[in-house]
Amino acid sequence: MLRIDCPVCGLRDETEFTYGGDATVVRPNMSEADLEPWLSYVFLRNNPRGAHKEYWHHVQGCRQWLIVQRDTLTHVIGDCVLSGDAPRNGPAHET
Amino acid sequence: MTDQARRLRVGGRIDRTKPLKMRFDRRTLHAWQGDTLASAMLANGETVVGRSFKYHRPRGIFGIGVEEPNALVCLRSGARSEPNSRATVVEAYEGLEAVGQNGFPSVRFDLGAVNQLLSPFLLAGFYYKTFIGPFRGTRFWMFFEHFIRNAAGMGRAVKLADPDTYEKVNAHCDVLVVGGGPAGLAATLAAVRTGANVMLVEQDFVLGGSLLLNPAGGPADDWVDAVKDELDRNGNVTVLTRTTAFGVYEQNVLGLVERVWDHVAVPPEAQPRQRYWLVRAKQVIIATGTIEQPLVFAGNDRPGVMLASAVRGYLNRYAVLAGKSVVVATNNDSAWATACDLASAGARVTLVDARSRVAEDLIVPAKARSIEIILDARVIHASGSSKVRSVEIASLDKVGQIRPGGKRTLQCDLLAVSSGWSSVLHLWSQRFGKPVFDPVTQSFVPGTSNGAMVRCVGSVMGCGSLDTVISQGFKEGVAAARAGGKSAPAGQPPHIGFAPFADNWSRNPHAVQSSGMKKMPGKAFVDLQHDVTVDDIDLAYREGYDSIEHLKRYTTTGMATDQGKTSNLNALARMADLKNTEIPEVGTTTFRPPFTPISIGALVGRECDLHLRPIRRSVLHQHHLAAGARMTEAGLWMRPWFYPEHAEELRQACARESQHVRNHVGIIDVSTLGKIAIQGPDSTEFLNRIYVNNWTKLAIGRLRYGVMLREDGFVMDDGTTARIGEHEYFMTTTTANAASVLAFMEHLLQCAWGDMRVHLTSVTDQWATIAVAGPNARQLLQSVVSVDLSSQALPSTHFVYAQLSGTKIRIHRMSYSGELAYEVYIPSCYAPAAWEILLEAGRPLDLKPYGTEAMGALRIEKGHVAGSEIDGRTTLKDLALEGFASARKPFVGSVLRNRSLLDDPARPSIVGLEIEGDVGTSAGALLYPVQGPTKGRDDGHVTSTTWSPALRKHVALALLSRGNERLGESVRCVDFVGKMTLSATVVSHHFFDPEGVRQNA
Repeated sequence: MLRIDCPVCGLRDETEFTYGGDATVVRPNMSEADLEPWLSYVFLRNNPRGAHKEYWHHVQGCRQWLIVQRDTLTHVIGDCVLSGDAPRNGPAHET
Repeated sequence: MTDQARRLRVGGRIDRTKPLKMRFDRRTLHAWQGDTLASAMLANGETVVGRSFKYHRPRGIFGIGVEEPNALVCLRSGARSEPNSRATVVEAYEGLEAVGQNGFPSVRFDLGAVNQLLSPFLLAGFYYKTFIGPFRGTRFWMFFEHFIRNAAGMGRAVKLADPDTYEKVNAHCDVLVVGGGPAGLAATLAAVRTGANVMLVEQDFVLGGSLLLNPAGGPADDWVDAVKDELDRNGNVTVLTRTTAFGVYEQNVLGLVERVWDHVAVPPEAQPRQRYWLVRAKQVIIATGTIEQPLVFAGNDRPGVMLASAVRGYLNRYAVLAGKSVVVATNNDSAWATACDLASAGARVTLVDARSRVAEDLIVPAKARSIEIILDARVIHASGSSKVRSVEIASLDKVGQIRPGGKRTLQCDLLAVSSGWSSVLHLWSQRFGKPVFDPVTQSFVPGTSNGAMVRCVGSVMGCGSLDTVISQGFKEGVAAARAGGKSAPAGQPPHIGFAPFADNWSRNPHAVQSSGMKKMPGKAFVDLQHDVTVDDIDLAYREGYDSIEHLKRYTTTGMATDQGKTSNLNALARMADLKNTEIPEVGTTTFRPPFTPISIGALVGRECDLHLRPIRRSVLHQHHLAAGARMTEAGLWMRPWFYPEHAEELRQACARESQHVRNHVGIIDVSTLGKIAIQGPDSTEFLNRIYVNNWTKLAIGRLRYGVMLREDGFVMDDGTTARIGEHEYFMTTTTANAASVLAFMEHLLQCAWGDMRVHLTSVTDQWATIAVAGPNARQLLQSVVSVDLSSQALPSTHFVYAQLSGTKIRIHRMSYSGELAYEVYIPSCYAPAAWEILLEAGRPLDLKPYGTEAMGALRIEKGHVAGSEIDGRTTLKDLALEGFASARKPFVGSVLRNRSLLDDPARPSIVGLEIEGDVGTSAGALLYPVQGPTKGRDDGHVTSTTWSPALRKHVALALLSRGNERLGESVRCVDFVGKMTLSATVVSHHFFDPEGVRQNA
């Protein structure tokens, strides 16, 4: 079981959260009318080996969406920040 | 007690003042407190205690702990039956009952032993080979499966409910130590002294670990007692015996199962049988020790062949002399201690060591005890049917051939074997993966822990002597506590004061060997529990399954309930021999939790039956029950399904209730709808983005039906949203999607639209909702509120505030049933009173409550879509909701909903079906044209069905390919489950009052 350090609630068990997928993808602007950026946003995902950024929703806690740094190889959890506080979403590392 | 023929008069760690009577296969076993079922069986001379998995060969006790592959019994009886219990870890208690498994009529005399004649056919890959090829698989398998499954196998689970309770505990600690042997005890003591909060976990019912193999009452016991005393005096340690750490997970979360009351027949009143601990430890120390590995030779499964350490343990811990004439066969030092202890206890001992030279300090004490020593020899064959009677030993040359004249037969009644020791690295490997091979100890040991707070101590790390085990354990215990910031001085480890004879098991110059022989003179087992022989491994190799992962699956070696604790290393060694390589080149398979089998009951804890998941009840729940409602589950919610009158069944009640709504007036509790308060200056824009339709011009006091899509353009949910104020809306979602819609909207606001000033609050529980529907709905409501509800004052899709008995409520005018209808929103705590006021006021109007079944019938008649149609695979167009979509603004899913494939006219779209006949079809029935076969690709499926009292026929909603082009056409509805085919006519899904005259009245 993972334990996630929620910036609001502190270190909590994974069971309080729901997984929200890849946090490195950037949602296109609402005005984007082309298909490609939306297809890419909804369907295309990297599957990195190592450092990764993921959305986790503290659904049984503060209900905040977090961006959690997790190593897909070792499960080591790194930085956990509120998604609203994240300066800009982007890949955790060059892939 | 004279019955215990093999029990010594003195010695052992058993309490001879407390006799116990137990039963095995209807025979009485006499035991003492402190025994296990296995030690009692041995003491009472039970030799055959089980039958093997495939061949039904007689099997006796082999090991002394969790590694036991043979002595699986069914413990207790009736609802408390526990199949596949290892007799070696079942603590003796008064009245214990156990029966042998996999033997008919009994394990002593088993008719299934005829399987041994079939053994040429039961080779590796038996299933694969038998059920492909000439017999063409499935049907052949279906025919024989029953017989095969009955013949092969382990114990049988009972189908009765478990009468006992289990519970869960969450815990935290600074240092968690797994293993209460010398290393674990030293580490615990060190960490406790340093000031850490420590948990010590030991699977046995006493502490001591490998020290318990030494004679009782000596310096080993003194040392354990001294450590225990000090721990007892200290407040910051929790010692859990009878507890297995079965899994180590990320961030040092450990799963433990404590067998709280497994050592009695029935747990005391209100006590749990087992307790599941979920521990979050800052530091973990793994001191799980080692398990002795057997030698592989023909007949090595005969009852009376045992691990040397087990023989020594039964002798010293339980005072049971397992044999009087013993051959000890080994390739390392440790078994010499077994030989010496057996000889001291009066047994005649022959020691056969594969090594041609051994240290003088082993030979001298052995000779002093008149042990016959035979070097450079191995056991090649053990004979005897239900008990080993003799062994053949031989001297082998380098290529595994018997040297001329090197063969000899020894008579014996017990054969103790050892091929070295294997680290119990399961827990470490669960977290960190592949272990490394230590050539010195010839075993796999834990590798690096990647800076994680996990340390391995003692013999699991290949530490040899007892002294180094203790000092290393102590050192790491201090280090773990220090890493957690504790700094009290730890002092020195308590001195143990003796060096056990031959305890340095790592002094083992011989590599682990599968036996050395190319061809075995009989069945030589690698995996005793799964009946995997050396021949099976050889066959797998010849057939190309030589990777360790393939070998395991092809032969099933290491896949039984013991997970290969005494077989994995020998299988690897044999494969390494065959491939002419070294063991580490062959590799290891992955260790996965649990370390030993754990009961599902323990994991479930109290979360069963009613507590399996939370039950959500509307505030009106008691009123529904009082009105005689039959309740139904809707997700977590309990909802009134129907209110039977005069013992009505569902169908009659549903028809009556829906008809009553159409003709008079009904009320229904719809409090389960998801309700979300949307507040903030950007709320209107937010709704514009979330919903497909336009919200810019919705006036305060009005409400609107809205549809939302997922990001991929498929329909997600629908509902109505009311504009409460300039910057405030009140959204409703379907009952089923309430949670996911809220999470989705929160995601967008927090992760994508951070600049929007919108706040979301779930208010589902704060508001109760009562829908009032039917031609008399207005009259009813008007009789209880003073605000004007006339069609001019409150047209459709408007709401007003009203006072109901002093409570401010909101009345939304909107219809789901197609009748004149209102939704009344009441602060939850006042809802029961409001419900009563409405029922009372409705008496002259013949007001009746109706349930979800009638609600469903009414909406099907109207052609409203619900969860069965919004199934995640349907688009706006499929559901004929495209008219709602605004072309003038972007919304979630607005681009991807226009993907060209989603525009395919062949996609199933919503239609109505009028079913012929008087039975009706069922949701899920597949649609086919009138002509042609009813197999292969269907034309669509039925989503919702009902008997329609208004139309006096069975109707259904369906998704039909090219649906809107096919109105008037006939189709067949095929229910493959109920095996029924019905004809139906395709019609518009707006069956009833398509113009909406009634709801706008």
